[in-house]
Amino acid sequence: MQSSNDNTAELEARSLDTICINESHLQHKWYYNFKYLIVGVLFGIGLVKAEVISWFRIQEMFRLQSFHMYGIIGSAVVTGIISVWLIRRFGIKTIYGEPITFTPKKFNKGQVYGGLLFGLGWALTGACPGPLFAQVGTGVTVVAVVLASAVAGTWMYGRFRDSLPH
Amino acid sequence: MIKQPWPWYVAGPLIGLTVPALLILGNKHFGISANLRHVCASCFPANVPFFQYDYKKEIWNLFFAAGIVLGGALAAYFLANPAAIRIDPKLANELAIYGINDFSGMVPVQLYSWDSLLTVRGLTMMVGGGFLVGFGSRYAGGCTSGHSIMGLSALQWPSLVATICFMAGGFLMANFILPIILNS
Repeated sequence: MQSSNDNTAELEARSLDTICINESHLQHKWYYNFKYLIVGVLFGIGLVKAEVISWFRIQEMFRLQSFHMYGIIGSAVVTGIISVWLIRRFGIKTIYGEPITFTPKKFNKGQVYGGLLFGLGWALTGACPGPLFAQVGTGVTVVAVVLASAVAGTWMYGRFRDSLPH
Repeated sequence: MIKQPWPWYVAGPLIGLTVPALLILGNKHFGISANLRHVCASCFPANVPFFQYDYKKEIWNLFFAAGIVLGGALAAYFLANPAAIRIDPKLANELAIYGINDFSGMVPVQLYSWDSLLTVRGLTMMVGGGFLVGFGSRYAGGCTSGHSIMGLSALQWPSLVATICFMAGGFLMANFILPIILNS
C-alpha cells in the first residue's frame, strides 16, 4: 500500500496530466477495455475521413488558407462543451453507475513553454498524437519513427522535468 | 458518398462525441499523448520519478490508441477516397518551390518515406518534429485532445492557454521556420 503522502504526490502529478485521476473501484477483466478500442476505431475513422491526418490540411490551417480544420476543432469543442454541461447538469453516471468527475487543471508555465514547443512540432510533422496513430494505420509505416521520436521526447521531458521552469 | 472526404460539420461533432463516450463508458478523460508517457512508464521507466506510477490503470487508453490505428486502417482500406487530395492553390504553389508536387497521399510522399529519413529535411521533420510533439505535449500536460478538446469542453482555462500556445507555435513553424527546413 502507498502512504498517503505518495498518494497526494501521485494525484497531483496525474491531475497535471491527462491521466484519469478518477479511479474506479470496480475490478474488471482486461477485455472490458475493448469498448475503448471501439471508440478509438470510430475516432480514427473520423480523423482519416475528415483529412485531419493530412499534413496538407494542417499546413493550410496554419497559413489561414482553409476553414476546414477550424470548423472541425470548433464544432468538436462545442459538442464537447454541450456534452459535459449535460453530464454535469443531469448528474449522468457511467454505464456502471459510477459518478463522472472532473478535476480542475492547475495553471503552470509548462502550458506556455510546452504548448509553444508542441505547436512547433505539430506544424512540422503535420500531425498531433491522435493523427500519428491513425497515419500508421493507413499504412504510412515511416510514421512509426515519428511516434518513436515522440516517445523519446516524452522520456526526455520526464528525465529533465525538475530542471525545467514550470 | 461515405468515401468522399467528410465535411467539417460531420467530422467535428463526431470527434467531439469522443468526450462524452469515454466519460460515460468509464469516467475516462480523453487525452492521447498520455499514452506516450505510459509507453515510457511500462518500457523505459529508468528510475525517473515521472514514470513511477501504476500505468496498468491506464491500459484503457492504450486500447483506445490501438483503436485509432485500427480505425485508420479500416478507413484506408474500405472507405478510401480514390481521388487525389484537394489542396489550396496557394499552398500548392508554395510547395512546388520546394519540389513537393505529389498530392496522392494524406502525407506528402516526397517527405514522408523511409528513404527521406536519410535527407536533412526528412530527418528534421520526422525525428525532430516527433520529438517536439512528445516533449511539448508532456511539458504542456496534454496535446490537442487533452487540452484543446477535453480541456476546453470542461471549460478549463489553463487548456485555453495551452491551445493558444499550440496555435502560436504552429503559426511560427509553418510560416517562418518550415520554409527554411523545406529549402534544405
